Amino acid sequence: MILGEEDYITEEGEFVVNMGPQHPSTHGVLRLKVWLDGETIKKVEPHLGYIHRSIEKMSESLSYRQYGYLTSRMDYLSAHINNLACALVVEKALQVEVPARAQAIRIVIGELTRIGSHLLWFASAGLDLGGVTPFFYAFREREAINSIMDENCGARLTQNFMVPGGIVYDVRPDFQSRVKEVLKQFKDNFHEYNEILTGNVIFQNRLKDVGILTKEDAIAFGCTGPTARASGLSCDIRKMYPYDGYEKLQFDEVISTGCDSWARYEVRMAEMLQSVRIIEQLIDNIPEGDIVAKTKNVIKLPKGEFYQRVETARGELGVYIVSDGGASPYRCKYRSPNFANLSAIPHIARGYKIGDLIAIMATIDLIIPDIDR
Amino acid sequence: MNTLLSYSFSSLATYFHNWLQSMIGNGILLTITELVIVGVVLLVFLILLAFFLGYMERKVAAFMEIRLGPNRVGPKGTLQIVADTVKLLFKEGFTPDAADKFLFNLAPGIIITTALLAVAPIAFARGFQIWDINIGVLYISSVSSMAVIGILMAGWSSSNKYSLIGAMRCGAQIVSYELSIGLSLVSIVVLTGSLSLNDIVESQANGWWIFKGHIPVMIAFVVFVIASTAEINRAPFDLVEADQELTGGFNTEYAGMKFAMFLMAEYINLFVVSAVAATIFLGGWMPFHIGGLTGFNHVMDYIPSSVWFFGKTLFIIFIIMQFRWTFPRLRIDQLLNLEWKYLLPISMVNVLLVTLMAIMGWHL
Amino acid sequence: MFIKEYFGTIFKSIKSLLTGMKLTGYYFTHLNKIVTEEYPDNRATLKMAERFRGEVIMPHDEKNEHQCTGCQSCELSCPNGSIKIITKQEIQADGKKKKRIDTWVYHLDMCTMCGMCVEACPTTAILMGNEFEHSQYEKKYLKKVLNKPGSRLKDGVE
Repeated sequence: MILGEEDYITEEGEFVVNMGPQHPSTHGVLRLKVWLDGETIKKVEPHLGYIHRSIEKMSESLSYRQYGYLTSRMDYLSAHINNLACALVVEKALQVEVPARAQAIRIVIGELTRIGSHLLWFASAGLDLGGVTPFFYAFREREAINSIMDENCGARLTQNFMVPGGIVYDVRPDFQSRVKEVLKQFKDNFHEYNEILTGNVIFQNRLKDVGILTKEDAIAFGCTGPTARASGLSCDIRKMYPYDGYEKLQFDEVISTGCDSWARYEVRMAEMLQSVRIIEQLIDNIPEGDIVAKTKNVIKLPKGEFYQRVETARGELGVYIVSDGGASPYRCKYRSPNFANLSAIPHIARGYKIGDLIAIMATIDLIIPDIDR
Repeated sequence: MNTLLSYSFSSLATYFHNWLQSMIGNGILLTITELVIVGVVLLVFLILLAFFLGYMERKVAAFMEIRLGPNRVGPKGTLQIVADTVKLLFKEGFTPDAADKFLFNLAPGIIITTALLAVAPIAFARGFQIWDINIGVLYISSVSSMAVIGILMAGWSSSNKYSLIGAMRCGAQIVSYELSIGLSLVSIVVLTGSLSLNDIVESQANGWWIFKGHIPVMIAFVVFVIASTAEINRAPFDLVEADQELTGGFNTEYAGMKFAMFLMAEYINLFVVSAVAATIFLGGWMPFHIGGLTGFNHVMDYIPSSVWFFGKTLFIIFIIMQFRWTFPRLRIDQLLNLEWKYLLPISMVNVLLVTLMAIMGWHL
Repeated sequence: MFIKEYFGTIFKSIKSLLTGMKLTGYYFTHLNKIVTEEYPDNRATLKMAERFRGEVIMPHDEKNEHQCTGCQSCELSCPNGSIKIITKQEIQADGKKKKRIDTWVYHLDMCTMCGMCVEACPTTAILMGNEFEHSQYEKKYLKKVLNKPGSRLKDGVE
């Protein structure tokens, strides 16, 4: 929608405040135009495009080996899972069998990424609501996870650990012991998160009954991930359309019917523990063998359309590729979870206070570069 | 020995007064000279105190957040705040174009003045008091609530929407929490029968009110600490600033030394409310005594009265700082709920209990 | 009933707040749990992960020889064009002309440290180095030539 002059004319007693693009609560360059009546929100309008890098268009000039690295810059907190989606779609098109060892390592690193991402979300949710201290407690554990990434993948945030058909290089020999160490540290310290934030009465009151997203709305807006699961919608891609060996693993899909910000908080906290469960099943059973399936030097996808979805830390990421048989995609489209989740904000924030808008944004856990791409 | 124990700063003040009198002679000049000296000494002391509290806050925050805190400037980072102040001094004292320039520049002055005014009747040590006024409690509670004028002025004159929201929140917040503060102070006034801070301290010679007054005074103490945290706009009640919601609230547009004055006023206010809480509930400069244990009491007497006062004040300051670095922020309606639904009814009933206690003489 | 609920809420709230304060109080009194790394001070002991990708380097041996044949695989595999290889024809001892690198230009300012050039390299002529302190005052310093002056291809590398 292009804004005309009339959109800036406000009623008596109403005024417009910009949350962003530079604002402490929108961690990124998202601009929310908020119509206020006193403290109460009458209307919210997200304005996008401040960090558009045309990743989809850039992908059209890159090879199938290269194009995935750009997705690390979309949802940078689940960079590994994004890369996985890009690798999976190529494997699907070429019908390549990924070695079991590569699959297991991919899942372990992917779930570590998910824990790390949720830890950062926990940290920033506390920070958004004014509690600075939880941030540091969560970052202590995230740091440990990041150093595993650093040791094994070569980078802390944009790992680029995937090639179509497997992984770039084998993990280090101390991988298993290091992961166990980090998981132990995480589990030992998890109760601190509950003490400082989850159990805190102020925090609970800030989130409970705030930002009600009903199941119908969640479906209508295309919300996915923990945001939708907190509205009672079963949408875990890992369960519904298992990929890359998730079908062999035991874990629960965390669903809450609370529909409010508190439910979204609880779902994410429980998901971290589920990820720990997944890693614990795998870490001692990483099979030996190849780490990458043989692919051609220059990968060419057969003519056609390919789609692959994965469950990132924030929801469903879909990679849609149209191939004309060449060495690079003819068209590449990402269905990013944050864009859909953002679209729910104007609807669910209406009628709440300014402080609630911050709580809603914090619990929906938006990554702005993923919205714009 | 006994003279050392019961050493009162009033003799020093008298000596000083006499010396000045011999130099200048009696008259209006003497009064003005004394006022200027007291003012300068107080200002220097409070600036140093604000430095110290700023440093303390950053260290406390860091240690609670498993960090090291400032450790670059000076030994263990002690001069960090000085460096920050120098930086703020050299920054441009910017006034926005659309601002009401007179009020915009006046607001920091008002805020710091109200903060300074409230220091006057506080007894720092035995006989060391700037102004021994017989309505000290009333004076403090009325002066400290004037801070709302400064904040409203700052928020309104900035002609910034965030500032305006912050200022309006401040009005609602300070006016409501004023009630609980008043009522919890009243409970001690009822027990003491005096509004003078000196009398209140003297009345605690045989035990602090928090011990003598049983549960009702403890409740009053807790209510006072919570309400005064809200009164001085510190987290978790810092809705006036609310970084994440209002990008700094009423002081969004301020920079340089004007901003530093807000910061200093915040720390002076923090000191004032903690000092008042220490004076009223924890006995001010009175040492800790346990009835019957003469030896123990004697040892306690050796500790100077100013150490007692500052120790208690710092303890309360630490508690208020810990609030800030532990709790998330409340929402505006929850903030008002807390006051009108919880603190106010509780303190009203509490005053009734305290009155009953005072009438029946149940306190020690 | 209402009274019970009212006071129940108060006690529960106070308990939850005290739990939080106990935790922060614990860390305040246990300073040995501090996790801060004092970065510029610990340069001497700072240990980067072996695989950490900080920059592209081209190792030269003691005879000032590298292993780059100038095949340009890295240049092709680089997704954002941070590598530019300029080749020249060099007359060998046996009189034959062969392609050799003249300058191996590395644009650090464009590099995203994805590591694809290193994977693509058939002769392991380039590696990812651990150096991460790349700050410069001017952009021109970020354009680097990786082959050292006077260096030549190692014998036997084709």
